[in-house]
Amino acid sequence: MTFSLYIEVLVQGVLTGLVYGLMALGLSVIFGVVRVVNFAHGEFAVLAMYATFVLFTATHLDPILAAIPLAALFFVIGWLLQRFVVQPFIVRPQHDQFILLVGLAIVLVNALLMIFGPDSRHTNLPYAYDSWFVGPVIVDKVRAYAAAAAVAVTAALFAFFRFTLTGTAIRACADNLTGAAVVGLDVKKLYALTFGLGLACAGAAGAIMVALTDVTPMLAPSFTLLAFTIVIVGGLGSMTGALLGGLLIGVVEAVASVIIAPSMKSMMSFALLVAVLALRPQGLLGKPA
Amino acid sequence: MSPSTLGAAKKQSQTDKQSDIKERDVKAYSSLKIDRRAFVGSVAAAAFAAPAVVRAQDKALKIAVLLPRSGFFAQAGQSCYRGALAAPKVLADLGYKVELVHIDTESNVDLARTQAEKAINDGAGCLIGAFDSGQTLAIAQVAEQRQVPFVINVAAAPQITEQGYKYLVRNFPTGGQLVTNGLRLINSVSDATKVKFETAVFLHANDTFGTAQRGAMDAIFPKQNMPFKLLESIAYDPRAQDLSVEVTKLRSLNPDLVMVVTRAGDAIKLVRDMVRQRFEPKAIISPGSPGLYDEEFFQALGPLSDFFIYNLPWANPKSPMTQSLETSFKQANPSNRFAVDCFNAGFTFEALLIAADAFKRAGSTDGPTLMKAVRETKLAEHVIIGGPIEFDEKGQSKNIGSAVVQNLKRTPTVVLPADVAAAQPVLPMPSWQGRS
Repeated sequence: MTFSLYIEVLVQGVLTGLVYGLMALGLSVIFGVVRVVNFAHGEFAVLAMYATFVLFTATHLDPILAAIPLAALFFVIGWLLQRFVVQPFIVRPQHDQFILLVGLAIVLVNALLMIFGPDSRHTNLPYAYDSWFVGPVIVDKVRAYAAAAAVAVTAALFAFFRFTLTGTAIRACADNLTGAAVVGLDVKKLYALTFGLGLACAGAAGAIMVALTDVTPMLAPSFTLLAFTIVIVGGLGSMTGALLGGLLIGVVEAVASVIIAPSMKSMMSFALLVAVLALRPQGLLGKPA
Repeated sequence: MSPSTLGAAKKQSQTDKQSDIKERDVKAYSSLKIDRRAFVGSVAAAAFAAPAVVRAQDKALKIAVLLPRSGFFAQAGQSCYRGALAAPKVLADLGYKVELVHIDTESNVDLARTQAEKAINDGAGCLIGAFDSGQTLAIAQVAEQRQVPFVINVAAAPQITEQGYKYLVRNFPTGGQLVTNGLRLINSVSDATKVKFETAVFLHANDTFGTAQRGAMDAIFPKQNMPFKLLESIAYDPRAQDLSVEVTKLRSLNPDLVMVVTRAGDAIKLVRDMVRQRFEPKAIISPGSPGLYDEEFFQALGPLSDFFIYNLPWANPKSPMTQSLETSFKQANPSNRFAVDCFNAGFTFEALLIAADAFKRAGSTDGPTLMKAVRETKLAEHVIIGGPIEFDEKGQSKNIGSAVVQNLKRTPTVVLPADVAAAQPVLPMPSWQGRS
C-alpha cells in the first residue's frame, strides 16, 4: 500500500473513533457521578437509532440533525429512569444494580425485535455515497459529518460541566459526595440530571450512528461491549478518557486492519484493553482507586 | 412431471398395490377352513386392530424445522422459513403427510443444540435445518446421539459430512463443490461476455462458512488453471460497523475481479464503501455465497444492487415442482418475492420433501428405519437445478447443479447456462455513477 492509503486509513480510524468516543461518553458520565454502571447503554443507543429511523421515515429529518431532538428525548427518559427505577437501587449492592440494568437491556432488545423484527433498517441519505478527494486521500462525507457532530456534542457537554453552575455541582458530587450533600446540593436531583445527560449522549450517538450503519436490535450488545472497552481503556468515570479511548480504539482497529488483517480488528481492540488493564488498571486517564 | 401427474401416478401405484393385496387375500382365504370360533376371534381381533391401522395410515411425520429466524442470520433464516411455510401445501398435493414444528435457533449455536434436544423430546421424528454451518454441526451431534434423521437444507462446511455421522444427509453442496462450480462458471461468464480478467482478490467473511470457503478456494484455485492471478485473500469480520479499510486495501490491489463470500449485512456495507471510494472492478462475483440476492440488499442499495453475479445452485424455473412451490409461496408469503427467496426456500422445501418421501417409503418414525429410507432417497422431480436427489455413503447429495445468476433490475436473473437462462449476462459492471 502507498503512503497516502495509510493516511486515508488513519483518517477513517480517527473519524470512526470520534463517534465511538461519543457513544462511550454517556456511560462514563453516569459512572463518574452516580457510580452505577449502565449495562443497558448500548441498548439505549440502539433504541435511539430506531427512533431516528422512524423520524427519518416519517419526516426525512437527517439523522445527524435528529441528534438534537433525540438527545433531548433521551435526557427525559434518563431522568425518569433514574428517579423512578435506578434511584431505589443506588444504596443496594452492585449485583442488584447489575441485574436491574441487564434485565432492562434484555427487555429493550426483545421489545425492538417484537416491534421491528430482526431485519436491518437503513436510511438512504442523499450524501451517503459522497466523498471528498483531498489530494490522493478519499474522505467519506457521511463519516466526516458524523465525526463533526460527535465533536460538537462532546464539546457542548464539556462546556456544560465546565462553565455552568449545575455542571459544577455535578462535578462536586462526583468528587466528594458527602461534601456536596453537606453544602446543601440536592444529590438525588443531580443524579437524575446526570443520568439524563448520560442517556442524552447515548441518544445523540445513536442518531449519528444511523448515518453510518444499518440498525438491527442485535447491534445493542456489541455497542454496550464497545462502550465498556472504550471507557475501561480511557478510564472509567473520565470524560476526556472516554474520548481518548474511542479515538484509540478507532485508530487501532483501522491500522490493525491494514498492517495485520481486517478480520483481526476486533481482536486488536481487546488486546489494547488487556494491555491497559495490565499496565494501568485505572485506565489511561482514570484516577487510581 | 407436474405435481398433479405425480399425484395421479402415486394413486395408480396405490391402486395397483391394493389389487395385489386383494388377490393375495382371496388366495389365502380359499386355502382356509373357517370355523365359528375362528371367525369370532378374527372379527374381534379386527375390531381391536382397526383403529390402530387407521391411525398408522393417518399418521404424519413430525418434523422440527430449526432455523435462525432471529439474530445474526435472521434474514436468511426468515427466507428459509418462508419456504417451509409454502411447503405443506405442495407436499400435501403430492400425497405426503407432514406436521411441521417451527423453531427459532436465534443464530446461536448453543441454542440450536438445546432446541434440537427439546424438539426430539417433544416427539419430532426428523430434524431440518439449519442454514448456518456452525449451528448445523451442533444439531448434527444431537441427531447422532438420539438417532433421529437430520436433513440439512443449507450449510456448506465440508466437515459436516466428513465426521462419520450416520444420522444426517446434506442436500446442499459442500464449500468445495460451490467453489469448484463457482470458478468454472466464472470462466463461462467471461467467455460469454468476452470480458477477460487478469487479476482477482478473494474477500470473505471470517465466520464458519466464509472460512470454509477460503479453505476450499486455497485448495481448488491452483488446480483449476484459472486464466487470472489471485493477488490476495482478505478475511473480514462480518459484524464490523463498516468495511472501509477492507475496501481501501482492495483499492490498493486494484484487481479486475473481486470474488466475495458475504452475508447480507456485510455485503451492503461492502458495496457502500466501494461506492464511496469509487472502486469499480470489472466484475464482482460470488463463487457461491448468500448476501448479494437478499431482499435487504436490494432495498438498501436500490440501483447499486444491480450487476452483481453469484454462481450458485438455483431454482430451476422450468421445473413443474418449482412452479408449484412458487404458487404456494405467493399464497403463504404475499409480501415476499419468490425470485429473491427461491434459493433458501427451494433448499428448505427439498429438505422437507426428502424427509416426507422417506417417511412414506419407510412407513415408520423409527429413527434407524427412517434414516435408512432417507439415505436411499432418489427423487428425480425436485426444485433446484441438477440431477436426481441422491446421497453418497457420507450423506452428501451428489447431483446439485449451479447457475450464473445476475441482479438485473433488482431481480435475481439466471443468465447461464443458456438452456435455463432468462437474460444475457452484463459485464463489465457499469459505473456506480449515473445509475437509476
